[in-house]
Amino acid sequence: MSSGAVTANDNTLSDPRHRAPLVAGKQDYASITETVCRIAERDKTPRAWYVAFAVSASLTGMLFLLIGYLFITGVGVWGNNSPVFWGWPIVNFVFWVGIGHAGTLISAILFLFRQQWRTSINRFAEAMTIFAVCCAGIFPGIHIGRIWCVYWLAPYPNQMEMWPNFRSPLLWDVFAVSTYATVSALFWYLGMIPDLATLRDRATNPWRRLAYGTFALGWRGSARQWHRYERAYLLLAALATPLVLSVHSVVSFDFAVSQVPGWHTTIFPPYFVAGAIFSGFAMVVTLMVPARAFFGLKELVTLRHLENMNKIILATSCIVGYAYATEFFIAWYSGSQYELFAFLNRALGPYKWAYWTMVFCNVVVPHLFWFKKCRTTPWIMMIVAILVNVGMWFERFVIIVTSLSRDFLPSSWGAFVPTPIDVAMFVGSFGLFFTLFLLFCRYLPMVAMAEVKAAVSHGIEGHGH
Amino acid sequence: MADHASHNTPDSSETRVAAVLGRFDTAAGLKAAAEKVRDEGYRKWDSHSPFPVHGIERAMGIRPTILPLLVFGAGLTGAIVAMFLQWWTNAVDYPFLISGKPFFSVPANIPVAFELIILFSALTAFGGALILNQLPQFHHPVFASEAFRRATSDGFFISIEAGDPKFDERKTAAFLESIGAAVELCRVPAAKPAIPKAIPWAITFVAALALLPPLGVAWYRASVKREPRIHPLHDMAFQPKYKAQSENDRFADRRAMRPPVAGTIAQGGLMLDTALFQGKDSEGNYVADLPVPVEESVMLRGRERFNIYCAPCHGYSGGLPEGAAGDGDPRSWDGMVSIRASQRALTGDGTWTPPRALHSDYVQDQPDGKLFETITAGVNNQGVQSMPGYAKQISVEDRWAIILYLRAIGRSRNAAADDVPETQRTADTGGNR
Repeated sequence: MSSGAVTANDNTLSDPRHRAPLVAGKQDYASITETVCRIAERDKTPRAWYVAFAVSASLTGMLFLLIGYLFITGVGVWGNNSPVFWGWPIVNFVFWVGIGHAGTLISAILFLFRQQWRTSINRFAEAMTIFAVCCAGIFPGIHIGRIWCVYWLAPYPNQMEMWPNFRSPLLWDVFAVSTYATVSALFWYLGMIPDLATLRDRATNPWRRLAYGTFALGWRGSARQWHRYERAYLLLAALATPLVLSVHSVVSFDFAVSQVPGWHTTIFPPYFVAGAIFSGFAMVVTLMVPARAFFGLKELVTLRHLENMNKIILATSCIVGYAYATEFFIAWYSGSQYELFAFLNRALGPYKWAYWTMVFCNVVVPHLFWFKKCRTTPWIMMIVAILVNVGMWFERFVIIVTSLSRDFLPSSWGAFVPTPIDVAMFVGSFGLFFTLFLLFCRYLPMVAMAEVKAAVSHGIEGHGH
Repeated sequence: MADHASHNTPDSSETRVAAVLGRFDTAAGLKAAAEKVRDEGYRKWDSHSPFPVHGIERAMGIRPTILPLLVFGAGLTGAIVAMFLQWWTNAVDYPFLISGKPFFSVPANIPVAFELIILFSALTAFGGALILNQLPQFHHPVFASEAFRRATSDGFFISIEAGDPKFDERKTAAFLESIGAAVELCRVPAAKPAIPKAIPWAITFVAALALLPPLGVAWYRASVKREPRIHPLHDMAFQPKYKAQSENDRFADRRAMRPPVAGTIAQGGLMLDTALFQGKDSEGNYVADLPVPVEESVMLRGRERFNIYCAPCHGYSGGLPEGAAGDGDPRSWDGMVSIRASQRALTGDGTWTPPRALHSDYVQDQPDGKLFETITAGVNNQGVQSMPGYAKQISVEDRWAIILYLRAIGRSRNAAADDVPETQRTADTGGNR
């Protein structure tokens, strides 16, 4: 890598004497532009994209029809009932908002740590974050019962002369999730402005030029612009880093600040954040493996990127497994019979199948990543990542449903049974996620070209200065 | 060099050169050239690259941006706004106690304050970067160049604008060429392009339309409506059910409220036994006999209730003997309330109407029904309630049991020594103890 273009193809070797190249193949600035832009610029959309889009758009339509049905009929269409008033909608909310943590983590925390390998995947992960937060935001919004009064959550002067209760973790959650959605979107968009300008300048069709040009805001790539841009990006990264840690902490307060056995634990904030990163990275891998193959991005999103993400999945899996064990220890150590019962009930009660599914997917399966073969084989990592996502959904299900279905008073115990509407809405949220994702893949730059170019410019131009 | 100056627009009479653009092949070349342009003394110039070139700020002499300061200010503002919002709304304007939590406490207000710090700072970082960069700016001389399109892919450019005091079309171009650039002139129309008239009109129209919803809201808020408000969604206020006094076409009489089925007895309607419940017969005369069985259990019940409810005033044995003075003669047979009230009345502290002696002829001659009425409603002489009614405290059956006990008191207090059975006589009753 001393001079000339970047050449190595296998960059997963860990030889401490050589820094592994960030991208594979013989790359220069133009080839990076070409690799990324041609995806958004192709004249004929591949048939597979249309098929995928038709499926996911139909599911999205189903989601919104069901929301309309819920709107007209009421929350009785769900399985939520005494004593489990927080059923699937909140499970889905926590699931999606957790997935939405990887993008900002990759963009912000790895940026602050100068982990330049992030540049190939950060755009993709940020997009995933925003789409996951969109899906997450729907569920508590429609869960409030009288959906048309959702604006009451905002502190605005009103004729009722009432204000929201700022001592409630549920209101903290409103602020945390909406701030997170806003900041993630700003971060994503700010990072994309130079790449939108690239698409604008390459556009041959005047309409494309107008569309990309509008969103590129007249970016000229001038050094003065870059200077302020980089400073803003650094500031946003520095702001997003504590934010990403705070969001899932606040989500965990929804549970931890209550008195319900199994929820009232101080380990929840770090445990939720670790789980969120875990599930988020698993979702990035799930999407990245097929996307890099389908869109010809294997040279920019290399096996080393995937391997690094798999290492993070392994690390966070260990944290999550440790948290599961700690919960049991504390339940015993607390001497509280309700706490101890809540956890024994999780592992041995009527929802033990969900608990052990969770343990298998989140704690057992990721240990495959101790083996380099598994970390670098796309189909294996894809299976592991999907299982992790399944496991993380079950984690939220276990936390919410087992704790609520059997709390202090045995006379009020009950079982939770989801309705087909519950299931269809969850499936529909995947439809929304993939619809947005397919649109992103088709029309926007999937890789942060400017950042990749900056990261590899030494390799391309050599160390001649 | 001769060609590049005019390849853009052949008709140079209507255009002017707004900038000179020089292209370099590498980022390193750009940086080296930037130092030379800076040293040459140009002011209105810039370099353009597809990615931020490391060290170019120093090469160009760009001063650090004030953006971090703005963001710091925004963060402080966010903290203050959040704390003030939470304190004012929850502790001052609308304080309500919930879960015993204090109206204002810093720990509970940290999460929202934190989120607003981040939100304000992030919006400022984003908005500040755009404003300081003067974006959006869709027109710029460099966009006149076709070649400049590579500036966002793999081209490195230096642009020197015509506004620079040292700018001279030929000299500047020659200078850029001398430091290794491929030079191009950016020609723009000499006259500023006129904004199409439709645009201001369209903006005005959209702005006027945007005013309509808030105006409508304000008008509805300010005006009084006689009709009930519109409910687009039938909230719980409108349930599919019939309410009292409404119509229902299913019935011949169209009344949603149905009259009771024949033979229905309303709650409380079983109190038809006037002797038991009112102490009167069907004619309205007081009954002379108890409508409850005369048994020992009833007598004992009556004594127990009497000692609870009646004795405090009337005394356990029914009051003072006939003709005894009610003034300060605290005999055990008077009620303790009556004794105390009589003492205080003597010293002019309040008034007290002494209760009737229950063994007196006045009481004992009354029919049972009349006594029942007295216990139920109390005694009211010309507006002075000398005895309260006990209907709330004593059940109907217990009132009759008390009356039975009253008769026993009357009988015992008015008895002669001969009335005591021979075997139970004591000295007081004329026996030999």
